[in-house]
Amino acid sequence: MASTETTKPSGAGREEPPSEDSTEQRSGNDLAGLEAGLDALESPTTATRTPFGRVLLGKAVPPLVAVALVIVLWQLAYSLNLKEDYQLPSPLQVGDAIRDLWLKGTLLDFVWTSVSRGLLGFVVAIAIGTPLGLLVAKVRFVRAAIGPILTGLQSLPSVAWVPAAIIWFGLTDSMIYAVVLLGAVPSIANGLVSGVDQVPPLYLRAGRVIGATGFAGVRHVLLPAALPGYLAGLKQGWAFSWRSLMAAEIIAHSPDLGAGLGQLLENGRTYQDMSMVLSAILLILVVGIAIDLLVFAPLERRVLRSRGLLVNR
Amino acid sequence: MSTTLLSTPADEQVEAGYAARISHVSKSFGKAGRQQLVLDDISVDVAPGEFVTLLGASGCGKSTLLNLVAGLDKPTSGTIDVPGGRAALMFQEHALFPWLTAGRNIELALKMRGLPKSERRQEAERLLELVRLGGAHGKRVHELSGGMRQRVALARALAQDSRLLLMDEPFAALDAITRDVLHEELTRVWSETKVSVLFVTHNVREAVRLAQRVVLLSSRPGRVAREWRVDIPQPRRIEDAAVANLSIEITEQLRGEIRRHGQH
Ligand SMILES: Nc1ncnc2c1ncn2[C@@H]1O[C@H](COP(=O)(O)OP(=O)(O)OP(=O)(O)O)[C@@H](O)[C@H]1O
Ligand SMILES: [Mg+2]
Repeated sequence: MASTETTKPSGAGREEPPSEDSTEQRSGNDLAGLEAGLDALESPTTATRTPFGRVLLGKAVPPLVAVALVIVLWQLAYSLNLKEDYQLPSPLQVGDAIRDLWLKGTLLDFVWTSVSRGLLGFVVAIAIGTPLGLLVAKVRFVRAAIGPILTGLQSLPSVAWVPAAIIWFGLTDSMIYAVVLLGAVPSIANGLVSGVDQVPPLYLRAGRVIGATGFAGVRHVLLPAALPGYLAGLKQGWAFSWRSLMAAEIIAHSPDLGAGLGQLLENGRTYQDMSMVLSAILLILVVGIAIDLLVFAPLERRVLRSRGLLVNR
Repeated sequence: MSTTLLSTPADEQVEAGYAARISHVSKSFGKAGRQQLVLDDISVDVAPGEFVTLLGASGCGKSTLLNLVAGLDKPTSGTIDVPGGRAALMFQEHALFPWLTAGRNIELALKMRGLPKSERRQEAERLLELVRLGGAHGKRVHELSGGMRQRVALARALAQDSRLLLMDEPFAALDAITRDVLHEELTRVWSETKVSVLFVTHNVREAVRLAQRVVLLSSRPGRVAREWRVDIPQPRRIEDAAVANLSIEITEQLRGEIRRHGQH
């Protein structure tokens, strides 16, 4: 071990022994000021918000144009008599069909029956898929055992479950929920698994250093870190819930079952009423888009923005 | 110094006479038969309140050693004793959680330490003041500059109220001006809190600028090559002549260590 002889630096004020006071005085003011300056220089300038009108213009106008274009083409096809009228009604006729449903007061019933089933099934799917995903992600044996099956299930069209579910549960609500769950649980679980897999190891180590281990580690570090992937899984889980629900509703017909949009669609087919069929398809589509736009899009934006992962577009 | 900012200087430390004792620690990686010895018989003590820098070339095992002291990994042989339990560790990257605000990051560490909810907010504010980020409680991590993030990370490490602070090249990614300022900041916080620091770096001047003692590690396997006691009075500056002189001496030794590897 060697020790250095200390050469005294020439500056005044350095000669005296390092008392705490001199540290305070010397570094106190200049350092604070210097640091404030650096902070100000280096901090990203806060972006100004684009005015609401511009956002509306940029976001709402393009899809409206697209929809208008589709309607025009549709009307054109109708006017040119490409198909028989009973096969291809005009946009107006479909609009009338929807208005009739509204005036009869049954439109909201159809929509609400399906939406409430879809949401309830989805919530239960979250309650099952989340712990399942966590188990698959964190327990090696479980992952080896059911990981591949879970991934495979995701690509199995849920309509394939309908016959089995009917045999198991008969034409009941349970049958419908079974199909919804079988469709949604795998994608929710898989979303969480990939979310957990993508968590940077640094966060986990930082968590362990501050003492967040075991349950606290899952609750305060792992789950929040995996949230973006989990949200993507939820979004897909909803899409699968909704699709599975429609498959079940179209096939399962019974007076005991409340009538949802799938049944409306199937009624249209039975009566050879193309306007009703198209109305039902439109409503199914609109509900799907609305849930995505009203629930998932804002949620996702909030999560990404708060982490600085979203560039202001 | 009349005000001790962090609660009590741990009695365990005073009793033991050291803040960390690394004795005869070896560490190898890899499966049996094809093992790579990374650390070989390392012994270093950190005295209570002491500031020690571990200096070594890239890949010599500095991070490995800090991880061992932090308890993130187990030594292959030898023992590590940290009286008073868990050490705080600051990483090269800030490692702050982006889903929390700066203040909440600190509050999480306080929560894990067991501080009651009612006191966390105030304690977090105090720690932010300590690193001169008084108004930053509600700021998101991505809204802070690199230097500010490292200061929040320092505050979070201090929030653990551990008497031993491990730092793994925490300023390596910063520009020279900011690093300079953070050196002063760290020296000030260290003298105010009396925390013991084990600071890893490959930058010789940084090591000399900060430490009371510099420990040079050789590479492959990492061994303690030599130690220097740094008696230059604080406050120092990185461009001080005394700092430069000692740095030159240490650099020569470090180069010698590195040259040895080119010879076979
Ligand atoms: N988990 C691991 N498994 C296998 N080898 C490892 C592991 N961790 C580190 N090593 C090896 O140990 C050696 C030392 O790594 P370490 O990260 O401790 O070096 P370092 O001194 O911190 O380097 P740097 O200055 O680049 O940060 C390297 O050769 C590395 O490849
Ligand atoms: Mg390293």
